[in-house]
Amino acid sequence: MTHREPLSTGTGDTGIDYAKVLSRSIQEIKPSGIRKFFDLLNGMSDVVALTVGEPDFVTPWHIRSAGIESLEKGKTYYTSNAGLVTLREEIASYLNRRFGLTYDPVTEVVVTVGGSEAIDLTMRALIDPGDEVIIPQPSFVCYGPICEMAHGVPVYIPTKEENHFKLTADELRAAITPKTKLVVLPFPGNPTGAILTREDLEAIAEVLRGTNILVLSDEIYGELTYGRTHVSPAAIPGMRERTILASGFSKTYAMTGWRMGYLTAPAPMAAQMLKIHQYAIMCAPTTSQFAAIEALRNGDEDIEMMRSEYNRRRRYLVNGLHALGIDCFNPEGSFYVFPNISRFGMTSEAFCETLLYDYKLALVPGTAFGECGEGFVRISYAYSVEHISQALDRLEKFIKDR
Amino acid sequence: MTELLKLLENDPRLTPEMLSLMLEKEVGEIRDMIRTYEKEGVILGYKTLIDWEKMGSEKVSALIELKITPQRDRGYDHVAQKIYNYTEVESLYLMSGSFDLAVLIEGRTMREVALFVAEKLATIEDVTATATHFVLRKYKDKGLIYGAMPVDERGNIV
Repeated sequence: MTHREPLSTGTGDTGIDYAKVLSRSIQEIKPSGIRKFFDLLNGMSDVVALTVGEPDFVTPWHIRSAGIESLEKGKTYYTSNAGLVTLREEIASYLNRRFGLTYDPVTEVVVTVGGSEAIDLTMRALIDPGDEVIIPQPSFVCYGPICEMAHGVPVYIPTKEENHFKLTADELRAAITPKTKLVVLPFPGNPTGAILTREDLEAIAEVLRGTNILVLSDEIYGELTYGRTHVSPAAIPGMRERTILASGFSKTYAMTGWRMGYLTAPAPMAAQMLKIHQYAIMCAPTTSQFAAIEALRNGDEDIEMMRSEYNRRRRYLVNGLHALGIDCFNPEGSFYVFPNISRFGMTSEAFCETLLYDYKLALVPGTAFGECGEGFVRISYAYSVEHISQALDRLEKFIKDR
Repeated sequence: MTELLKLLENDPRLTPEMLSLMLEKEVGEIRDMIRTYEKEGVILGYKTLIDWEKMGSEKVSALIELKITPQRDRGYDHVAQKIYNYTEVESLYLMSGSFDLAVLIEGRTMREVALFVAEKLATIEDVTATATHFVLRKYKDKGLIYGAMPVDERGNIV
């Protein structure tokens, strides 16, 4: 909370000093550093970009159709605050058949506007001013700012490449203080592709059992694991009662634009989160909810198709990087790889800027995901193999020119 | 290996080097597999789907239904062979239902196609009836949609 953005809006001719009237705590929150880089990228042409964080697939047609059909039938009303009961039942049944979890659709499931609203609801429902939230990094950019907006204090744990960017039990134990309220477990992870296995989770559970510390498990990439099925922390003994599971349809069914997510949590927690949702959002978009029901009922094959396509690209990219002599741990989840570029003797940002300006190749500097991302870049493989192949060619040229 | 075949079915331009990285097999092994599939006729060949209309070329396609009296000892295969040997015939299928053979034909003009049916197909002795349906517009072939030019409009949100 040290950074203070000067307000460019100034006083204008309205006579209002916006810097004075706008919330100080909001002004103190740092805007996402990656914006600058993306603005740069957007102004250039002929760039091969591997920067995007969403599927390149279009939402499967039968799911889109279900959304359209709901509109044709005039289903343009609000749903209940927590979402259509049928949808909540389908979510509960899906979590049960896929991950062996049991949730009551009526009292323990809330349908949200994307997985990110679930993260926001969780932080706002749990945090009192000064509460600490443990956040492993490098990770998705929103946890820290959302925590700060809820007047919590983010405590970042830099995860290490040699641990495959997992959060270890020892690291967790060392970060816990009497003020620790919540631990975020963002696995499978953006930007690293790290996962936590059952054994990893057992060790984390061992640290948390018997405490009042809660867990926010962001499982938005839960269906995108390669080689083994994702294990939810909520499936580990002693964890369900302390876990809020946040997930959604964006990555699993290529439904980013529909803004469909959900959270599941024990009823006393879900009730408080529902209260915030009820006042702030009312309900998630109805059209998207009907599409989501179709996705859960008939989308298993789509998941399988997309997963195997991502898996081929993952192998292609990781092996392609290795062939160029670039170190890269083998990611087991999400659709990113996070290679180590420190041998080029440049900061992540300088590396990405050089690639962008001189080779028209756009990657995301690892520092966008936390300071400990220094020395790494994120490469998304939510792109066709052909596109990835062009990117590898440009990377090869960069290496040869050095 | 069905995965290799599926990949090639979708995009024959994938090189053995790329396939090797994707499937985590040696390049040599991939080459051997492809060669074997080609030799065994599992891979029949490689084609490119072209939207000729975009090039201003006026090709005419038609689907022709044929009714056949199959011969006692040769079934449909003999007549099928007589038909598929014409280079004009793009596809030929034996069908269930109210007719027997479906012939997909491409020609330069409607007249050319009609003459082909009248002179070449209708005159085959086992053919008892023909019905010609001209294609007015192609929407999709081999899983590819005509006119679809996908543009990456995704926003940069990390």
